[in-house]
Amino acid sequence: MSSNALRIGRFVARRLVQAVPILVGIAVINFLFVNMAPGDAADVLAGEAGAASPEFMADLRERYGLDQPMYVRFLVYLGKMMTFDLGYSFRFSRPVTELLLAHLWPTLLLMVTAILFAFIMGIVMGVIAARNVNRWPDYLISTGALIAYATPVFWLGLMMIVLFSVNMGILPSSGMETIGAGYTGWRRAADIGQHLIMPALVLGMYLTAFEVRLMRASMLEVGEQDFVTTARSKGLGENAIAYRHVLRNAMLPLVTMLGLQIGAMLGGSVLVETVFAWPGLGRLAYTAVFQRDINLLLGLLFMCSLMVIITNIVTEVAYRLIDPRISME
Amino acid sequence: MSAVRNSFFRRFSRNLPAVAGVLLILVITGMAIAGPIFYPAGPWKLVGRPLLWPGEDARFLLGTDVLGRDLMAGLLHGARVSLMIGISATVAATLIGTVIGAAAGYFGGWVDRLLMGLTEIFQTTPPFVLAVVVVAAFKPSMASIVTAISLVSWPPLARLVRAQFLQLMPQEFVLAGVVMGMSNLRLIVTQLLPNALTPIIVSSSLMIATAILLEAGLSFLGLGDPNVMSWGYIIGVGREVLRTHWYIITIPGLAVLFSVLAINLVGEGLNDAFNPRSRSR
Repeated sequence: MSSNALRIGRFVARRLVQAVPILVGIAVINFLFVNMAPGDAADVLAGEAGAASPEFMADLRERYGLDQPMYVRFLVYLGKMMTFDLGYSFRFSRPVTELLLAHLWPTLLLMVTAILFAFIMGIVMGVIAARNVNRWPDYLISTGALIAYATPVFWLGLMMIVLFSVNMGILPSSGMETIGAGYTGWRRAADIGQHLIMPALVLGMYLTAFEVRLMRASMLEVGEQDFVTTARSKGLGENAIAYRHVLRNAMLPLVTMLGLQIGAMLGGSVLVETVFAWPGLGRLAYTAVFQRDINLLLGLLFMCSLMVIITNIVTEVAYRLIDPRISME
Repeated sequence: MSAVRNSFFRRFSRNLPAVAGVLLILVITGMAIAGPIFYPAGPWKLVGRPLLWPGEDARFLLGTDVLGRDLMAGLLHGARVSLMIGISATVAATLIGTVIGAAAGYFGGWVDRLLMGLTEIFQTTPPFVLAVVVVAAFKPSMASIVTAISLVSWPPLARLVRAQFLQLMPQEFVLAGVVMGMSNLRLIVTQLLPNALTPIIVSSSLMIATAILLEAGLSFLGLGDPNVMSWGYIIGVGREVLRTHWYIITIPGLAVLFSVLAINLVGEGLNDAFNPRSRSR
């Protein structure tokens, strides 16, 4: 057992080391894009303050190091990043790292709920579809998945607000909890849960559609393999075959694909959090874009990439734990 | 060759969802063409009382928006924007992805490692977030939106082309080309690419759908080209009166949904028709 834990530890460490050049590359590209922007934070700050004298502008630029040449700013940026110092947000007047951490938990809560929902729905619906292949439950589920796959998330969110908040009045349309209600303990958890339902459903919908289709295809494919024929020839019932043999093997691709879908989900969370005024990283990104908060944007891009890398490592480990045939080496 | 082509068309035309997708695409293209013909004044013109419900005034079949602009004009002109951006971003992304994937697969070694590293960097950054930053950095315009969408869409295609090349390279017809002394470029263009074309066509056609969704999301956030009215923009503006006038966002939203659905159906139809054995159902 302990040697197993050691192997996992070594595997994770190796993956983390491999991730370093990628992170540096991401930093280079992010920095280039953000700095290609015409106008800098000083312009935005000055524009907001009304008429600004050239002296004031120069002072602002000097204070934030914006007067340095680009390569100097890049080296400074890279050096600070190594110590997770992501700079200072001009607009929020707070360190970027602090802002990111403050907005991380709402996004994590939203994403984990959405992923769990997508997994459970994906497996249940995918199995139902595969076991009724080319009959009406399959057609119904496959068509539903196709439509969900084509629906813009922000639009679905708005339509759900119309239906559940405006017309039926059963779900809150924005925020993470009832402001000023002062709930504590379980009452507060229930309140947050109620606010969480719609955004999580909407954010998870795309992934659900994806996993339903993947699960169905995977069940059908595994169902044709030799070990299933063996099980059948032993006289095992179709239910036992489906749940004990096929299902376990068919779930593997779902885990793998999660790592690839997490980036799409982070993008979706910008839209979903904007629609539902969810106080997470996505809405912070929306704010940062419109306020030209360069440091904050760079920090956000870095944070998102980091989350993708970590998810990938976690799914790789999970994959190897589920299927011991794949080695940790 | 013609027998192969015939069986391809026969398989495609037997696939009812794919045919429905083609018809839907024809309808949307018709809308895009009809826009400037029926509404030559463009979708921005204030033509009537604001916030008219569909059918409330016979002149405005789909009603008017917050400022009194005709939603039908917006819908038709929006089809144009979605198709144009979807197709041009896909063409650009296909070019980038094919060149990078082909170079990585063909040359191998450090070229491969470098290009795949670049691909991985782009795949690690969440596509929509990067697109938002790029569009915001260059100021929203048709050109910056197409650039951003193609910039975040090419990596899967590069991987696909590379994989195809790695599979084709050891085959005899390629080796024959090498022995004949073909140049690298000639080998790639005349021998390898034509044989990798099928999967490129399938994934490119599906990429148009993703591009349309990305564009809709960008313009919903207010990052659309301020000179063109897209479906995402109409939804973004209609959002302010969501509680009282939900019809404004419903129509363009459905338009996005049906466009993306149609393209996905056609893309999958192409895939099934090209690879009849992949259809195990």
